[in-house]
Amino acid sequence: MRHYFTILSHEIRALLYSPSTYIAAVLFLVVMGFIFASILEVYSKAPQETPPAAIFFQLFMIPVLFMVPLLTMKCFAEERRLGTLETLLTTPVSTAEVVLGKFTAAYLFYMLLWASTLGFHYILQIYARDTRFLDAGPLIGGYLFIAVSGLLFVAIGVLASAVTRNQSVAAILSFTLLFGLIIGLRYASELTPLNHSVLSPLKTAVDSLQIASHVEDFTHGVVDTRQVFFYLTGATLALLFSILGVEAKILGS
Amino acid sequence: MACATACMAELPDITIEVSHLVKTYGPLTAVNDLSFAVKRGEIVGLLGPNGAGKSTTMRILTGYLPANSGSVRICGLPVASQPEATKRHIGYMPENNPLPEEMRVSEYLWFRGRLKEMPRARLRARIDEVLELCDLKRNRHRILGRLSKGNKQRVGIAEAILAEPAVIIMDEPTIGLDPHQIIIVRDLIASLRGRMSVIISSHILPEIEATCDRVLIINSGRIVAQGSPAELRHEIFGHTSYRLEMAGDRAGIAADLAALEPSLKVATVGDCGPDGFCAVTLQTDATADLGEKLLAALPARGYRVRSLSRTQPSLEDVFLAATRRSWDARLPDKKNPNGDNRPPLPKA
Repeated sequence: MRHYFTILSHEIRALLYSPSTYIAAVLFLVVMGFIFASILEVYSKAPQETPPAAIFFQLFMIPVLFMVPLLTMKCFAEERRLGTLETLLTTPVSTAEVVLGKFTAAYLFYMLLWASTLGFHYILQIYARDTRFLDAGPLIGGYLFIAVSGLLFVAIGVLASAVTRNQSVAAILSFTLLFGLIIGLRYASELTPLNHSVLSPLKTAVDSLQIASHVEDFTHGVVDTRQVFFYLTGATLALLFSILGVEAKILGS
Repeated sequence: MACATACMAELPDITIEVSHLVKTYGPLTAVNDLSFAVKRGEIVGLLGPNGAGKSTTMRILTGYLPANSGSVRICGLPVASQPEATKRHIGYMPENNPLPEEMRVSEYLWFRGRLKEMPRARLRARIDEVLELCDLKRNRHRILGRLSKGNKQRVGIAEAILAEPAVIIMDEPTIGLDPHQIIIVRDLIASLRGRMSVIISSHILPEIEATCDRVLIINSGRIVAQGSPAELRHEIFGHTSYRLEMAGDRAGIAADLAALEPSLKVATVGDCGPDGFCAVTLQTDATADLGEKLLAALPARGYRVRSLSRTQPSLEDVFLAATRRSWDARLPDKKNPNGDNRPPLPKA
C-alpha cells in the first residue's frame, strides 16, 4: 500500500487545481442553500413535528444523484481516454492501489462538500439566536448517514467510470445505477407481485433496502448495524468490481 | 531505485529475453511466436509497418498487457509472475506520450518518481539531473498541457529515464517532431548507450539507422529480419552494387570483370551521353570493397572511368524487401531449412 498515499495526494491535488471542482462546489452549495431556505420557509409558516435537519437530510438524493456522477466520472474514463492510465499501471503500482486512491480522493471531496453545509445550521443558529434550532441529535445522525452511505454512492460512481472510456457514459451509467438504488428500490417495494407469500423473503429484503427509511432511522438516532453493513459491503463490492473492470478493460484494449 | 548504479553490476548480461511470445485479440494474431534478446546497454530498434505488432510487443514487455503464451524476462525475472518486480526495471514511454495536462513539469516528475519508489532526497537531485539532461531546465515550472510537442516528448523521455531503469522502452519517441527536435531526441537516446538497454519502435527508418545497434524488422507479428543495419543489407540483398560512368568499347567487359572478381558482372547499362560516357551498374556478391581494384583495373584495360561510387541499399530498401518477403513466404527457420515448401503466412 506504499503507493496509496502517493496516488491519493496526486488525486487531491488534481481536484484542488481543477476549476470544475470549484464550479461543482458552488453549484452544490447554491442548490443545498435553496433547499435549506425553502425548508425554513415552510417551518416559519406552520409548526412541524420533525426537526428541520431531518427534512434536510431526507433530500440527500438530489445532490447524490447529480454530484456523485459529476465527481467520479473523470476517475478512470478520462485517464483511459488520455492514455495516462497506461503510464500509471506500468509503474510498480497495483490496480487496487489506484482504485482505492481515486475512490478515497472522491470520497473526501464528497464529504467536504457535505461538511460545508454545516455552515447553514450555524448561520441559522446565529440569526435565530435560539439554540433550539441547532438540534445536535438529528445533525450528528444525518451526517453519519451521509458519511456511511457516501462510501457506497461514491464507490458506484467509481465503478461506472472504471468500465468505460467515455466520461458522459460514465456519468449516465452512475446516475442510472444510483437512481435504481435510491428510487428504483422504493418503487420495487410497492410492486403487487411481491406481496405473494412465496416472495416474502424478497419483500423483506427490498423493504430493508429503502434508503429513504435509512435516513429517517439515522436522523432519529437509530444506527442499525445491518444498514451500516449494507453500505460497507456494497462499497467493498463496487470497488472490487472496479478493480476487475479496470483490469478487464486492459485485456480488451 | 537508489541502488541503480550498484544494481547494474548485478544485472545479467541479457536484460530482455523474449521467447515464443504470442498475443491474439480475438481472431487477430497481433504477435506471433516472437523471440529475441537484448543485451545490457544495447539500443534496439523495432521496425515494422502499422499494425505489425510493435506496440503490442512493447506493452507485453512492460507487463501492461498479458500474453497468450510465451515468456518475457526482464533482468532475469519473468514478467507474467512477478510484474511488480519487473516494472521497477522498466522506464516506459507509450505511443503519443500521454501526460496529465494540468500538472507542472517538475510536479509530474516528482509524482512519477514517487510512484517508482525513489526516496525523496534522491528524487530531488535526480529531477534536476534529468531536466538538465533533457534540456528542460527553463520549462520546469511550465504546465504540461501548454508545452510544445517537442518539449512534451522530452518530458516523456525524462520520465522514462528518471528512475535509472535497466530497460527503457519507447514507442515511437520521435513521432510528430520537427527535424531539429528529432536530432535532439536521437542524441538523447544515443547518450543512453552502454548504460541502459533501450528498445525504440519507429517506422521512420533513417532515425533507427542512426541510433540503433540492432534492428528487428517485424511484420504481422513475427520477426522477418534482424541484425545491424549493415548485416541486414547483406542478408536481404546479398550483393553490393557499384555505379560508374565509363566510356570505351564494352564488348569484352564481362570477361574483364570476371577476371577481377568472379562474381562481378554488369547489372544494368544506363543512358549514354553524347560524350560516350555511360552509366553502368555492377553487382557483386563479394563483401570486400572493390572500388580501388576497379579504379586501377578498368583504365588499364582501356576503359575511361569518370566516376565510381558504391551504392548501398538504404534501410528503407531493406525494410521494404523484408516486409514484402514476409508477405510472400515465411523466413527459413530451423524447422524448415529449404525455402521451397515454406508454408504461407497465416492471414491476419
